[in-house]
Amino acid sequence: MSDAAKDAPLIAVEDLHTFYGKSHILHGVTLHVRPGEVVGLLGRNGVGKSTTLKTIMGLVRPTEGNIRLDGTPITGLPPHKLARLGIGYVPEDRRIFRLLTVMENLRTGLDRQGVSDEKKQALLDKVFNYFPVLGERRNQAGGTLSGGEQQMLAIARAMMLEPKIILLDEPTEGLMPRMVSQISNIIDVLHKENVAILLVEQNVPLTLEASERVYIMEKGSVRHHAAAQDLKVNDAVIHQYLGV
Amino acid sequence: MELTAILFSIPWDEILIQTINGIVTGMILALIASGLTLIFGIMDVVNFAHGELFMLGAYIGVVVLATTGNFWLALLIATLAVALIGAAIQVVTLRPLIGRDPLTTILATFGVSLILQNYALWQFGPVARKIQEPFTGHFTLFYLEYPWYRLVIAGLSAAIIGGFWLFLKYGKYGIWIRATTQDRVMAQAMGIPVPLVYTAAFAIGAGMAAASGVLFGPLVGVNHTMGLDWVLKAFIVVVVGGMGNLGGSIAAAIFISLLEAYASIWVSPAQAVIVSFIVLILTLLFRPTGLFVPTPK
Amino acid sequence: MSTHSGIDTPAPAAKVGVGTETPVLRTEGLTRRFGGLTAVNDISFQVDREEIRAIIGPNGAGKSTFFNCLTGVLRPTSGRILFNGEDISGLPPDRISMKGIARSYQITNILPNATALENVRIASQSRRHGWSMLTHYTAYQDIIEKAEAVLKSVGLYANADELAANLSHGEQRNLEIGIALATEPQLLCLDEPTAGMSSAETRDTVQLVRSIAKNLTILIVEHDMEVVMGLANRITVLNYGQVLAEGTPTEIQNNPKVLEVYLKT
Repeated sequence: MSDAAKDAPLIAVEDLHTFYGKSHILHGVTLHVRPGEVVGLLGRNGVGKSTTLKTIMGLVRPTEGNIRLDGTPITGLPPHKLARLGIGYVPEDRRIFRLLTVMENLRTGLDRQGVSDEKKQALLDKVFNYFPVLGERRNQAGGTLSGGEQQMLAIARAMMLEPKIILLDEPTEGLMPRMVSQISNIIDVLHKENVAILLVEQNVPLTLEASERVYIMEKGSVRHHAAAQDLKVNDAVIHQYLGV
Repeated sequence: MELTAILFSIPWDEILIQTINGIVTGMILALIASGLTLIFGIMDVVNFAHGELFMLGAYIGVVVLATTGNFWLALLIATLAVALIGAAIQVVTLRPLIGRDPLTTILATFGVSLILQNYALWQFGPVARKIQEPFTGHFTLFYLEYPWYRLVIAGLSAAIIGGFWLFLKYGKYGIWIRATTQDRVMAQAMGIPVPLVYTAAFAIGAGMAAASGVLFGPLVGVNHTMGLDWVLKAFIVVVVGGMGNLGGSIAAAIFISLLEAYASIWVSPAQAVIVSFIVLILTLLFRPTGLFVPTPK
Repeated sequence: MSTHSGIDTPAPAAKVGVGTETPVLRTEGLTRRFGGLTAVNDISFQVDREEIRAIIGPNGAGKSTFFNCLTGVLRPTSGRILFNGEDISGLPPDRISMKGIARSYQITNILPNATALENVRIASQSRRHGWSMLTHYTAYQDIIEKAEAVLKSVGLYANADELAANLSHGEQRNLEIGIALATEPQLLCLDEPTAGMSSAETRDTVQLVRSIAKNLTILIVEHDMEVVMGLANRITVLNYGQVLAEGTPTEIQNNPKVLEVYLKT
């Protein structure tokens, strides 16, 4: 593999424009995530962070711009193909299948082509090891889990796809403060598994701790891009784009 | 004294007969309604062609029976054939309409029903055909000679529905169907090929309608308008049972059929049909999400 | 302190002399519950005549619910809402509109198959002459003149005969403001007026709101801080259904509690 190909970003988004009807939400978003990297996407409400993730996941079709996975264009592919190509998605309100049990939720990602039974068992064991609570509640309906447990299930479910990258949308939203450190740990776990993460968040300290690089969006486009380290030291930028 | 008089005047034998009739009809209705509620629950399509799939199944049954002389083969082939036809119908007329105004799917399925009805009329003519039941034989029930076949229909319908329920609960693809019904966006995000699941669900619903057509065939004549009566009842059942709710449809089907059967003790069967409409109106007024659906919290 | 590019004029100072008369809008212990969730929790709040007040707060703070209670879309669970001293709690939206409160919506709510002029004229007609089915609208010259004046004030006079569906997104949002204006309100409630707009369209809308602010009291819910800082005389910050802070833009920018909530530091 040539050096250029080795450094090719895992996900490369270029000049993305997305509309909801006439409402122009993304005004040319450009960003990239390298294999195994944790990249943060910060910004106030309504700037288009979630829409960016949804566009990458194929849930919304962009009118302009392109998205590449490992160099191959994937713009316009349906979400189920993208999931199989290795993109996992954990939406803002978790959206686990409330009427399916924990086990059945996991199976929606586990039952794929070409995965041996041993591999499936290994994946399950791994996930129950990281999230013992899910193992205890494996036969309970998803809707009976607490908010934090549902968040864990949503992430575990995405892990069943053995993804190369997980698009994480505001994992700490609506969770009690003590669950926030749990989320931090989970992100560490994913990082150890060499899964890249594009983390959309409004919780600045968590994002700066977990990410290597951070993009900041405003009014539908990326306005600032820096290493998380730099932003920790120089917080004027944070105040400008996220404060009042 | 008066109590005994009342007890004696109640036509217990009639009631027992009608209970059995009600259950038999109810099971057939449940089988048709299950397919309809599956299709609605998973893809929000009100399938106006469902009665015609029932009718098509009955006609294919007639043809296979005439060719092979084997009722069970007719049942199997009709079910599979109509399932395939259903898949084709879904891909051609409904898949292009995904994401559009639901009214368009109603018009599309209504159009398909007209096409199928007129095809059947053209192909088979206006004279009703007969499907011979696989075995004759009666047992004596009070003053009636009650055909065994009727009980067999009920049993088979229950078996088919039961098998389907097991598939939904435990089968790998059953989970796909249940996940897609609950949240089609997240189902896609989990790699489930939702367009394919839609087609498969339509095919299953169509197959179930066809099976009902063949099973019920011996009880009535097979003709091109036989779907009309049944689809109306099936819609009532689906609304009363809760749209998209499989258990509710089955309960509603039996409930309504029993009520109608009991009513026919005192009034003519044609008038007994009014019962189902009364139930429908009451449901819409007081429990519009369905009589057999747990109250939403 | 943050720097703002794009909105040139500095924020107007809080108006002097305001607050001595009856406030235009006042709430007393306003509460709205949804089952177990208390979205708006005992808010006592007041807006003075001809103020431009911005309501901000993080996701889930209760801004939309609060707005919906004020404009009659939702009935408060408890508490009172007083408009010019009169209790309007629980009145339906049409009565509230008649009293003089107008509202624009987050998701554009115009009549797409009518022209811009027709959209505004219909709103104007609700204020005058009622709904007589026998008289042709051209008989009401005052309404037509009023509608044209409103279109001019929102910069859409040139598009008067265009179908609303054919207007650009920014023009549609401004038409929405025009429709609200045509009902001759005393209090104008704007719900995220710059949602989905580009920076250029946003700047235009801010200019528009400044230009119509004379003789009007304006309440505005927004996420865009440039808009908020550029327009508001005072800001109310909501968090978890309660008022966290209130003050001038400068005061809010320097309020450590507000920063903590926004930056979660």
